[in-house]
Amino acid sequence: MAENNNTGSQIRRVLMKGNEAVGEAAIKAGCLCYFAYPITPQTETPEYLSRRMEEENRIFLQAESEIAAINMVFGASAAGARVMTSSSSPGISLKQEGISYIAGAELPCVIINVVRGGPGLGNIEASQADYFQSTRGGGHGDYRCIVLAPNSVQECYDMTMNAFDLADFYRVPVIIQNDGIIGQLVEPFEMHPYKPMFEKLPSKNWALTGCAGRDPNVVRTLYLKPPDGLEQLNRKLDERYKKIQAELRWAELSNCDKADLIIIAYGATSRIAKSAIKRHNNNGQKVGLFRLKTLWPWPNVELVEIARKNKDAKFLVIEMSTGQMLEDVLLSLMDVVPKKDILFYGMGGGWNPTPDMIYEKIAEVLAE
Amino acid sequence: MNIVKTQPKSITTESTKYCPGCGHGIVLRLIGEVIDELGIREKMILTAPVGCAVILYDYIFCDVIECAHGRAPAVGTAIKRVHPDKFVLIYQGDGDLAAIGTAEIIHAANRGENMSVIFVNNAIYGMTGGQMAPTTLIGQKTTTSPFGRTIKGMGKPIRVCELLATLEETKYLERTSIHSVRNINKTKAAIRKVFQNQLNGIGFSLVEILSMCPVGWKVSPKEAIQFIEEQMINCFPLGVYKDTE
Repeated sequence: MAENNNTGSQIRRVLMKGNEAVGEAAIKAGCLCYFAYPITPQTETPEYLSRRMEEENRIFLQAESEIAAINMVFGASAAGARVMTSSSSPGISLKQEGISYIAGAELPCVIINVVRGGPGLGNIEASQADYFQSTRGGGHGDYRCIVLAPNSVQECYDMTMNAFDLADFYRVPVIIQNDGIIGQLVEPFEMHPYKPMFEKLPSKNWALTGCAGRDPNVVRTLYLKPPDGLEQLNRKLDERYKKIQAELRWAELSNCDKADLIIIAYGATSRIAKSAIKRHNNNGQKVGLFRLKTLWPWPNVELVEIARKNKDAKFLVIEMSTGQMLEDVLLSLMDVVPKKDILFYGMGGGWNPTPDMIYEKIAEVLAE
Repeated sequence: MNIVKTQPKSITTESTKYCPGCGHGIVLRLIGEVIDELGIREKMILTAPVGCAVILYDYIFCDVIECAHGRAPAVGTAIKRVHPDKFVLIYQGDGDLAAIGTAEIIHAANRGENMSVIFVNNAIYGMTGGQMAPTTLIGQKTTTSPFGRTIKGMGKPIRVCELLATLEETKYLERTSIHSVRNINKTKAAIRKVFQNQLNGIGFSLVEILSMCPVGWKVSPKEAIQFIEEQMINCFPLGVYKDTE
C-alpha cells in the first residue's frame, strides 16, 4: 500500500514545528476531537490545537490526566468521531490502559508519542527508547498498534493524515512515533489539502449514536460468554494484524543496491545517519541506508531482499536506545545474515549521536 | 383487568445475575421505568462500569459502552461532546467512582458536563468478593479489613455528595436509599430529576443511592436492610445536597 504524501493544487510552502504540523494535519483530516494533557516535548500540539479546534468549531479538551485523555479518546471514537491525543513517553505509559481497551474494542484513533528519555521521568531530550512499548502493544493483552515513524516535518504532516485513514480502515489505534528532535524541529514543508488514502472507508455502523431505528450497539471490552468469546476476539484480531503485516510495510531505501554496509535507522537518527553516510559515499564507500517509516508492521521482507542482494554486506543498527529495534533486525535477518555481521551503535534514553560520531563508527566498521 | 405495573419496555431481561437481596436490581428497575416514562431509550448512551453492573448491556436495551474501572465520567464526557443531543447516563459503584475514578468524577463534575450520574453506594467491593471500599463504614469488617475499618491508617468513609457539592458547576446532588418502599419511591423521583436535568440542559446531576450487598456484607437480606437503616444512613445522611435549578 502506497503512502499518500502529496496531491492537489492548493499546496503552500510553510514553516512550522513538527508538533504543530501534526496538529494542522489532524484538522485537515477531519479530526473532530482532540484530548490531551501538557508534557514536554509535545506541548506545542495541545497549544496549537487549543486555538485551531476552536476556530474550526471542533472539540478541544485539556483533560485532568493522560488517563482521562485516552478514555475521552475511547469515548469519542466509540461515538463515531475521528479523534486524536498526543503526549510524550511518561504520559504514554499512563495511556496504556486506555489503548488496550481501544484495541480490544476494535476502535480507531490516532496517538502521537513525542518520545523523550526514560525510564522514569528521564529527561526531556529526544529518545527512541519507547520502541518496545509502541511496537509490542504496550498495555495488557495481545494486541498491536500500527506505528508510523516520521523523520521530517513534512512527514509529521503527511503521516498524521495517513494515520486517521489507516485507523478507520483497519479499526486499530495508530501511533505516530515521533521523538523530541523531530517534534521540535522547525523546517519548511508543503502543506497540501487532505486526500484520503482509500477510496472508501468501512462504515462506522458500530458507533454509539442512540439506537433509534436499529438494535442497540454495544462497545464491549469484556468477553465472559460464550466460554470461547475472548478466544474468538483474539483470533479475529490476530487475522487483522496478519493482514496489516501483509499490506503495510513502509521503508525508504537509499544506496542499498550494491552496498558493503547498510545502516538501519528511523526518525531523528536516520536524519543524523544520512549526513554521515553522505560523507562516506563522497569518499567512494558503498554505504546504504534502510530507513523505516513503519515500525509496526516491520518491513522485514524488504530488508531480507536487500540482504539477499548484498551477500557479504554488514548491517549497522543505529538507535537512541540501548538496542530495541535491533531485536527486530536480528529476527528479520536470522536466516540470511550471520549474527556477527549485524552490529549495533546506540545510546540509551535522552541523548543523541552526532553526524561525526556516526561517521567514525561507520569508518570503524568498514575498516574491520 | 387493568395492568398497574409491568416490566419496563427498556429492560430486556427477566432475571439478572445479581445476588439475592442485592440493590442493583431495584435500581435497574427504577432506571427502566424512568427511561420508559421519559421516552429516551433511543437517544440514550449508557456507560457500564467495572463491578457487579458490568453487564448492564444485557439488561437495558440501548447503546452501551463498557468502560475501564473509574473512567466512565471521562468516556461519557467525550460521548456527550460528540453527541450533545443524545442522553448520556453514567452508572458507577463506590469503588469505581470514589476510589480508582476520583479524578475523573471530580473533573467531569467541575467542568459541569451535562450528564446524569447514578452512583450506587453499597460500602463494599461486591464483585471481587467483599473488600474494603472508600465508603466502608468505621468498624465494618470486610475481607481486607478483617478486624474492622479503623480511622487510623484507613481513613474515614468518603461522602461523595458533600464532596461534589463544593464544586460550583454541579447542579443537582441527592442521596437516597432503597432499603424501604418509601425510599425506593424517593429514589425513583431523584433518578427522574437527574435525567430531566440533562434533557433540560441544566448540567451535571448525580444521585447517590445507598444499596444493599448482603453477600458482600455476609449478612441476610433482612439484616442488610437493617444495616442501611441503622448504620449507613448515620454516616451518609439522605437528602438533597445541591439543587441550583
